[in-house]
Amino acid sequence: MESELKVPTMAELSAAGQQPEILFWVGCAGSFDDRAKRITKAFVKILNRAQVSFAVLGTEESCTGDPAKRTGNEFLFQMQAVSNIEVLNAYEVKKVVTTCPHCFNTLKNEYPDLGGKYEVMHHTQFLEELIKEGKITLEGGKFKGKRITYHDPCYLGRANNVYKAPRDLIEKLDAELVEMKNCKKKGLCCGAGGAQMFKEPEKGDKDVNIERTEQALETKPDIIAAACPFCNTMMTDGVKNKEKEATIAVLDIAELIANAKDL
Amino acid sequence: MQYLPNILFVAALVAGIGFFVRNVKKLARNIKLGKKVDVTDNTSIRWKNMFKIALGQTKMVVRPIPGLLHVIVYLGFIIINIEVLEIIIDGILGTHRIFSPLGAVYDFLIASFEILALLVIIAVIVFWIRRNIIRLGRFIKPEMTGWPKTDANWILYIELILMVLFLTMNGADYQLQQMNVAHYTKAGAFPISQFFTPFFEGMSMPSLILIERSAWWLHILGILFFLNYLYYSKHLHILLAFPNTYFGKLDPKGKLNNLESVTQEVRLMMDPEADPYANTSGVEDGQEVPKFGASDVMDLTRVQLLNAYTCTECGRCTNECPANQTGKKLSPRKIMMDTRDRLEEVGKNLDANKGTFKNDEKQLLDDYITREELWACTSCNACVEACPVSIDPLSIIMDMRQYLVMEQSEAPSELNNMMGNIENNGAPWPFSQLDRLNWAKEN
Ligand code: HEM
Ligand code: SF4
Ligand code: SF4
Repeated sequence: MESELKVPTMAELSAAGQQPEILFWVGCAGSFDDRAKRITKAFVKILNRAQVSFAVLGTEESCTGDPAKRTGNEFLFQMQAVSNIEVLNAYEVKKVVTTCPHCFNTLKNEYPDLGGKYEVMHHTQFLEELIKEGKITLEGGKFKGKRITYHDPCYLGRANNVYKAPRDLIEKLDAELVEMKNCKKKGLCCGAGGAQMFKEPEKGDKDVNIERTEQALETKPDIIAAACPFCNTMMTDGVKNKEKEATIAVLDIAELIANAKDL
Repeated sequence: MQYLPNILFVAALVAGIGFFVRNVKKLARNIKLGKKVDVTDNTSIRWKNMFKIALGQTKMVVRPIPGLLHVIVYLGFIIINIEVLEIIIDGILGTHRIFSPLGAVYDFLIASFEILALLVIIAVIVFWIRRNIIRLGRFIKPEMTGWPKTDANWILYIELILMVLFLTMNGADYQLQQMNVAHYTKAGAFPISQFFTPFFEGMSMPSLILIERSAWWLHILGILFFLNYLYYSKHLHILLAFPNTYFGKLDPKGKLNNLESVTQEVRLMMDPEADPYANTSGVEDGQEVPKFGASDVMDLTRVQLLNAYTCTECGRCTNECPANQTGKKLSPRKIMMDTRDRLEEVGKNLDANKGTFKNDEKQLLDDYITREELWACTSCNACVEACPVSIDPLSIIMDMRQYLVMEQSEAPSELNNMMGNIENNGAPWPFSQLDRLNWAKEN
């Protein structure tokens, strides 16, 4: 069943005189992190199955600059942003979809001031749209009766008020969505944002991801669903720390859907 | 001598309001030490936010118990203050209950003030119990010792005393009305203070008049005192919550501001045709080069400084903060309190030096807010979401990080490595940009 992934690049399409409908912004984690690459591939499988006309920038993509900006390095952020915008504008990109809420936030909210104005969607929003348009159908057989708790990524939830799309998708899988005691607007951070991913935490009694994992475990889930590659890493580490990795999976919404469709 | 009370009253009123005006001027001067920001946009959305969040208390009731208690105190206080208008007119003219010709309406008003006063007393007592007996977590964090703790209790005591004085004044008045004492017109309905009757039983008319007059005077003097207490207290929020919610952030919470001075520099660097000898700093010659980020209160914006004065020290932000919850030093409430304390210190410095700031070898960074606090933030926006008065502690944290990184090159070393990677190979990890698409070929 593993079929070859079809991943056209903007350069190839443009050489052939074609313009895809969407640009899939893969992001650094999605390109390089082993765990996150599985999310990227799951999303591409869905795009292939739904015959979506898309392309990636491939080697022309570069970090959006989010971690630099949150560290306080406005200069490095803008250097990244301006060169990315140059590439995107040269390809006349109109619509961007990304599997990373940090890229999503930066592209959507911070690039416009620097001349990068696109319609930007998070992959959960895009997947919901695909279902609404009937481009993919979901029968939940595989997840029926499974307890899934959803962790809100800060940069998708509070930062951009996207709470519904990922939940709707989980419900379409016929799974039982169970909420943690802190969810939606009050969702607790996984501990990775604001460039924390790249450093050791400050002195304290506990790591943030452990606290969040404990909240997730309280719901007695079969699966912890995430919608961000960084949250995914943090929650996976948390589950390992609690020695629950044999019974509880941490999966991205795209993986759940690819899974449900046996892709 | 007949006019002595009127004269004393006018003198107290002028002094009370005069001091208050002086404090407001100082407040405005201090806030103007911050950088100007354009907040003239989206006026209709801003008014709507103010109506909803401040007037309508929408974010207070997210926590139902303190929310409801607060709505009582808030409404009670505002409505009862209509009575203050009558007191002031009576005080100036030497009349008694000048609005009493309103008849039934007057009875209704006084009756509702009394009921509200009782509710306020109950709410204030519950607030006190939550702070001092139950000792809710958010009220006993390290930053809540000393003045902040005393202040919080004083506010409750003062409100309690004011309400009790109001009811005592009415209760004695009611007795005097029953005794048909001249000057004490029969007016008003006293659903609460009528129950004070047993307490006044058998008192002579002069003692009753003494009680009524003392309560009346103490009540109005108390209000004038309270008005002037605000400037030194978190209770300043009763005024500043309104402008603060008006000026609150309108962009999506995830958006951090763009630094225009950097944009100009970046554009020139990226433009192959740019004149290499041109002035790239984005400022005219002779002007000071703008400082990146914030190390002291003067580097913050006026909205951020208004935020600091508005903070109610409620700790809802700190309560939701993932760093604080896991035992790190960072507390977004402390960020706001430190900003206000430093701003006050700068203000006093200005007062002492005829309006020019004398370098005191201190700043907000390190002397108030430590780097350990700043670097513990995950930029999760939980504090911003939690604040019932639209304060943005995260923006101050980010501005201070910007100063540390851009002016001092003092990021934690792991973050320097991460930024080095972005600079060299376009990713926070040391992978080559040329390998970015390798995932598509792996299985
Ligand atoms: C005349 C108007 C007001 C009065 C008399 C008043 C009174 C009070 C009092 C007595 C407290 C202390 C509660 C405690 O000890 O826990 C308090 C707290 C507070 N007030 Fe007000 N207030 C007024 C207006 C406002 C407005 C307009 C807002 C805007 C939403 C506001 C927001 C708050 C907040 C956030 C707290 C902290 C409460 C908590 O969650 O613990 N207040 N106020
Ligand atoms: S944004 Fe920073 S300060 Fe605010 S709650 Fe999150 S971690 Fe705490
Ligand atoms: S910043 Fe807002 S939430 Fe935090 S203590 Fe001050 S008023 Fe409360």
